Amino acid sequence: METKKTREGRGVSEVSDERREVRPETGGAAPGGGSTLGMKIENLAAFYGSFRAVTDISMDIQANKVTALIGPSGCGKSTFIRCLNRMHEVIPGARAEGKVALGEQDIYAKNSDPVVIRRRVGMVFQKPNPFSKSIYDNVAWGAKINGFRGNVDELVERSLRQAALWDEVKDRLKESGFGLSGGQQQRLCIARTLAVEPEVILMDEPASALDPVSTQKIEDTMSELKKSYTVVIVTHNMQQAARISDYTGFFYIENMGDPGHLWEFDETEKIFSNPDRKETEDYVTGRFG
Amino acid sequence: MAQGTQVKKRGEGTEGPQFKANMSARYGLDRVFSVVVTLAALVGIVVLAVLLVDVTRDGSSMLSANFLTSFPSQIFPENGGIYPALVGSLWLLGLTFLISVPLGLGAAVYLEEYAEDTRINRLIEINISNLAGVPSIIYGLLGLGIFVQLLAPITGGGSVLSGALTLSLLILPVIIVATREALRAIPRAIREGGYALGATKWEVIRSHLLPMALPGALTGMILALSRAIGEAAPLLVVGVALYQTYATSGPLDGYMALPTQIYDWISRPQQIFQDSAAAGIVVVMVVLLVANSVAILLRNRFQRSS
Amino acid sequence: MAVETQGARSREGDWHRNSRARQARERIIKFLLTACAYVSIFTTIGIVVVLFEETLRFFLDVSIVEFLTTTRWAPQQGDFGVLPLVYGTLMATFIAIAVALPVGLLTAIYLSEYAPKRLRRWLKPALEILAGVPTVVYGYFALTFITPFFRDSVLPGIGSFNALAAGLIMGVMIIPTVASVSEDAIYAVPRSLREGAYALGATKRETATKIVVPAALSGIVAAVILGISRAIGETMIVTIAMGSQPNFGGSPTESMQAMTAYIVQVVGGETPRGSITFESIFAVGSALFLMTLALNLASYWFVRRFREIY
Repeated sequence: METKKTREGRGVSEVSDERREVRPETGGAAPGGGSTLGMKIENLAAFYGSFRAVTDISMDIQANKVTALIGPSGCGKSTFIRCLNRMHEVIPGARAEGKVALGEQDIYAKNSDPVVIRRRVGMVFQKPNPFSKSIYDNVAWGAKINGFRGNVDELVERSLRQAALWDEVKDRLKESGFGLSGGQQQRLCIARTLAVEPEVILMDEPASALDPVSTQKIEDTMSELKKSYTVVIVTHNMQQAARISDYTGFFYIENMGDPGHLWEFDETEKIFSNPDRKETEDYVTGRFG
Repeated sequence: MAQGTQVKKRGEGTEGPQFKANMSARYGLDRVFSVVVTLAALVGIVVLAVLLVDVTRDGSSMLSANFLTSFPSQIFPENGGIYPALVGSLWLLGLTFLISVPLGLGAAVYLEEYAEDTRINRLIEINISNLAGVPSIIYGLLGLGIFVQLLAPITGGGSVLSGALTLSLLILPVIIVATREALRAIPRAIREGGYALGATKWEVIRSHLLPMALPGALTGMILALSRAIGEAAPLLVVGVALYQTYATSGPLDGYMALPTQIYDWISRPQQIFQDSAAAGIVVVMVVLLVANSVAILLRNRFQRSS
Repeated sequence: MAVETQGARSREGDWHRNSRARQARERIIKFLLTACAYVSIFTTIGIVVVLFEETLRFFLDVSIVEFLTTTRWAPQQGDFGVLPLVYGTLMATFIAIAVALPVGLLTAIYLSEYAPKRLRRWLKPALEILAGVPTVVYGYFALTFITPFFRDSVLPGIGSFNALAAGLIMGVMIIPTVASVSEDAIYAVPRSLREGAYALGATKRETATKIVVPAALSGIVAAVILGISRAIGETMIVTIAMGSQPNFGGSPTESMQAMTAYIVQVVGGETPRGSITFESIFAVGSALFLMTLALNLASYWFVRRFREIY
C-alpha cells in the first residue's frame, strides 16, 4: 500500500532522477538558487537533565528540499528538530552537544546567538499557537522585533499569500488570530514564520492536530515553500512523508529507555520502496509503530 | 490559491537582507529589564524589612515581660501593658476558630462533593468569591446590626462572642476557598476506591478526603486566622473596648484586642503611647510571623509530598 | 470455640449493615453541609438588609441628591454631601494603584519568567506575609516613618496626616494582591506561545512583555481591579495616616478623610445610635459596598474570561 502510493507521489518522482539536479519544476523562478542554506549535523546528542534523549545524529539537510523525519513516538524526532534552531535549550535543564552547521556557521559555536539563529531557522509547532494579537500583528510582530526595514504591509500580504491564507483573511486582518479555525491558525503560524524570512523552516508535526482538508492545504503550502526554503518536517503520517518529502530520515529506539538514533536516512523513494534496514521497512510498511 | 507564479521570492526587488536586528541594543534592554523586574520583586520585601526594624527600634523601650502582663495605664503609661488586649485577642482567635473552621469545612465539602452545577450552587459560588472582596468594615456594620443589636439577648451585645462571630463571617470565604482547592487536588480514584468498597459518601469524605485535604486546608485556615488576629476595623464597629479593667474570662464578656489597642495608642499624641503602640506591633508581628511561617512550612512540605 | 472453616465466606450474620440508619445519617449530614454553604448566602443577605434598612432611614432625612452631588460633609451642621469622603478614598486609592500596578506587575513577571524555581518558592510566601501584615501596622509606619521621611527630605510642607504617605503604604499593602493574581494569569499562558515567540527570534524580554503579558491581559486587569477594590475598602491605614478632615479637592500632601475613616470616627465617638449622624455611616457603608461590589464582579468577569481563553 505505502509503496504504491509513494510511486504515485509527485515529489518523489522529481528527486528520483538525480540528486544533483536543481529543482526542475521551479525553472527560473527562484532568483539564483543559492538564497537558502542547507544544514549539516555532526554527532548531535540532546539531553533532558542527565537523560540522553537522542544521540549520534549526523545528517546533511539539502537546501531547497523537504526532508521528512519519521519514526515511532518518543524516539526523539521532536527533540532533534528543536536542536536545529536551539529551541531545545528553552526547556529548563535541556541541552545539546555536537555540531549543527547552518551553511558555514556552527549554530552551537560560542559566538552564535540563539536569538539570531532562531530568526534564520524558523519553526512551526505541532499545535497552532497564534499570539493573542490581531492576524496582522501576528505576522508582523516577528519582523518588527527583528528590525525589518521594508514595507510591513507588503510583507504581511506576501507572507499570508505564501501560506495560502491571504484570501481567507484579507478582509479581517485586524481581528484576533484566535478567531480562526485550527487549520487557519496553523497557516497563520506558517505565515508568521515566513515573515521573518528564515533560511530553513522546521515543522514539528504541523498537521497532526488538523482535519484532512486543512492538512491538504498545509501540504500544498509546503510544496510551494520548498522553492524558496529548506524545509524539515517531523510527521507521523507516512503518506504525508512520501507525498511531500525529497529525503526521509527514520528515527528509532532499540530498547526502552535508550536514546533515539537516526536509523536510516536516504532519498524518500528509497526509504519507502527499498530501505536498507529491516526496522525501517517494518515501520514504513506499517508492521509496527 | 497561491500557485508558483504568485509566490514572491524573498528579497525580490530589494537589495540585500531587510533585517537590521540591532542585537546589542536589544540585549541591553533585556539586561535593564531583568534588573528592573528583580528590583520590583524586592520592593515589598525591603519595605517589610524597614518596617520591622523601625517598629522594633521604636518599641524596644517598652518591650518587657511586664508589658505582656500589665493592664494599660493612662496615669503611668510607662508601666502599662497589653495584657487584656492579648487575652482578648486569644479569646477572639479561639472562638473564631471554633466557629469558622466547621462552617468553612462544611461549606467546602458541600460545594466540592455534593453540589451539582445548579443555578443556586453557582450563585453560592459567585457569592463566596464576592464576599471575599467585601471590605472588612462592612462586616463590622453587619455584625453591629445582627450580632450586637438584633441578637443581643443571645450574644450579650458587644461581647467577645459578637466580635468572634463577625470575624468568622469575614474569614469564612478564605477558608472555604482553601479547603475546596485541597479537596479538588485529591484524585477521583480515591473516591471511587472508597465507593467500590461499599462506603457511603460521608464515610469516604470523613475517612479519606478530609484527612488528605487537611494539610492544604490548614494552610489556608492559618492564613485566614492570622488575618482575623490583625483586623481592627470591624472590631471597632462591633464595640471592642478601648479600655477595660478586667481581662476577658467568658464568651459574653467585654473584650479588648491587640490591633485596636495599638490603634488607640497610635491616636494619642504623647510619645510614650507611640512607643507603646510600636511595642504592641512587635508582639502582633511576632505572633503573625510564627503563624505564617508554620503555614508556609506546612504548605511546602505538603506540596513536596504530593 | 473453633473458627469454622467450611466456607471462604463469612456467614451473613457477621455483618451488621443497617442500611436504613446509614441512609438517614447521610441525609442529616448532607443537610448540615448544605446549611454551612448557605451561611454565605445569609451573610450577603444580612449585609444588604442591615445596610439598606439604615440607609433608607437616613434618606428619609437627607435627600439622596444632596448626598450624591454636594461637596460639603459636616454632619454637625447637617451637611451630608458624600463627595469629599469619596474624594479622599479615591485619592488614596489612586496613589496606591500608581505604586501597586507597576511594582505588582513587574513582580509577577519576575516570579513567573525570571525567578529561579527555588527562589520563587520562597518569594511568593514572603509576599503573602506582606499581605498578612495588619493594617494598623501599616498605618503606624505611614504616620511615624513615611510622613516624617517626606517632611525631612523633599516635602517640608507636608501635613502630619496626608494622602500621600497613606496612599503609598496602601500601595505596598496591595502589591501582593496585584502580583499574585497577575502571576497566576501570566503563569497560565501556555508554554507554546512563549516558544512561538522564541522561534521567531524574540529575546526573553520581548517574549515576556510583548507576547506573554498581552496574552494574560484580562487576568492582569482582574488583578488590578481587585487591588483597587482592596484599596477602596481599606480602613486603618487611611484612618491613622490620612486624617479625619473631609477635604474636597485637596492636594495629596494635605489631610483628608476617606469613607472608611469616617465610619471609624463615628463609631469611636459618642454619637447616639439612631441619630442622623449615626445612620449616615450606613449610607456611607452602602456606597462603599456598592463600589466594591461592582469592582469585584468586574474582576470576577475578567478572570472567567481569561480562563475561557486558556
